[in-house]
Amino acid sequence: MSEGYIRRDRDWHPPALHTAYKTSVMRSPRAAPLSFPTSLGEETGPVFGHDMLGALDNDLITNFAQPGQMALGPRIIVQGRVLDENGRGVPGALVEVWQANAGGRYRHKNESYLAPLDPNFGGCGRVITDAEGRYEFRTIQPGPYPWPNGPNDWRPAHIHFSVFGQAFAQRLITQMYFDGDPMIWQCPIVGSISQTAAIETLIAKLDMTQTIPMDARAYHFDIVLRGNRQTLFENRQEGS
Amino acid sequence: MKYLKESPSQTAGPYVHIGCTPNFAGIRMYDGDLGATMKRGPVQGEEIVVTGAVHDGMGAVLMDAMIEIWQADAAGLYPSPREVRGRADPNFTGWGRSAGNPETGLFTFDTVKPGQVPWRDGTLQAPHVTVWIVARGINLGLHTRMYFEDETEANATDPILKRIEHRNRIPTLMARKTANGVYRFDIVLQGVGETIFFDI
Ligand SMILES: [Fe+3]
Repeated sequence: MSEGYIRRDRDWHPPALHTAYKTSVMRSPRAAPLSFPTSLGEETGPVFGHDMLGALDNDLITNFAQPGQMALGPRIIVQGRVLDENGRGVPGALVEVWQANAGGRYRHKNESYLAPLDPNFGGCGRVITDAEGRYEFRTIQPGPYPWPNGPNDWRPAHIHFSVFGQAFAQRLITQMYFDGDPMIWQCPIVGSISQTAAIETLIAKLDMTQTIPMDARAYHFDIVLRGNRQTLFENRQEGS
Repeated sequence: MKYLKESPSQTAGPYVHIGCTPNFAGIRMYDGDLGATMKRGPVQGEEIVVTGAVHDGMGAVLMDAMIEIWQADAAGLYPSPREVRGRADPNFTGWGRSAGNPETGLFTFDTVKPGQVPWRDGTLQAPHVTVWIVARGINLGLHTRMYFEDETEANATDPILKRIEHRNRIPTLMARKTANGVYRFDIVLQGVGETIFFDI
């Protein structure tokens, strides 16, 4: 029997209740969550094969565009690795992403922002990590957008990420921000994370070495999923 | 050795369906939405339908949640490469994802009643389904478990249920049988009848 997954550090994650993010007030459990070590049901999870992906699934610039058309906006590549807490790449991890268009508008029936839709931009994509845990997708840089929370709250430019590792215990949804954006530090959703060091791990870094000249700039963003305690133990043994 | 911190969670936000169930959101992408069906063909065991809703602290039903479930097959085997006790039903995926009905918020899973799976010490757990809930206003995805009210005997010896101090909260983990093969499971995020969530 494995030692199970490393417990989540709940001071590193945002707490359920963060009053500055108003929707969390009525959607946050009051009782403390019940702690149990992971067992087989949490240490297994669905498997997604590379064969399920379409050729354009990781290209948000064209995956919704009319033939010969492309989405509008600053062209970027987002690349990085999905790792576990032990620093090992997670192969076969499904990464699903969604985002607003370059004007900050989502393609969604509940969206009310006056910025226009881009007819050639759907706003979603997906990719599965390779043997070393690497992933990459191409998109346009999303715009910031206002949202109904405080009287004048704006989301910094961001891309939403949903990630499956190899175990359901690793299931994670988070958001990626862009280096140098001053809006990051004004956002009540970002501010639900109390530690600056934790927030910084969600900020993608511009990587000019990976840009495609005259085409797209590159941002680097690594995602860390929970690690297995047994791996931790094995590593200690190896290292001694 | 290089030890890393887990990436901190951020809310799935109001538009999680664009990314995870785009066809449901009206964006025709991929070959349909992942997790919309849990069966690839005829499955073994008792086929059941689980339906329910997610309620906020005011009793309102969430219309923008996404629910995922993960479970063993009818024989208690997980369809996972990490399952070493045997080969799970090849026609059963074990994983489902539901955005809920756009008018009612009701989520529905066409699945099978899971078999019993051993706990860490080898004792058998009662049949159960792992449930994960995300939505706008939920800062970290919520894990819980769904058990079956009609599995009285197995529930009585389940290692997790046995250790729950507030016995009056156990019904929050129980799916109620409402018809043959049909179960109802409601999730209450906050307040009276608040579902037990797990730090697991
Ligand atoms: Fe967003």
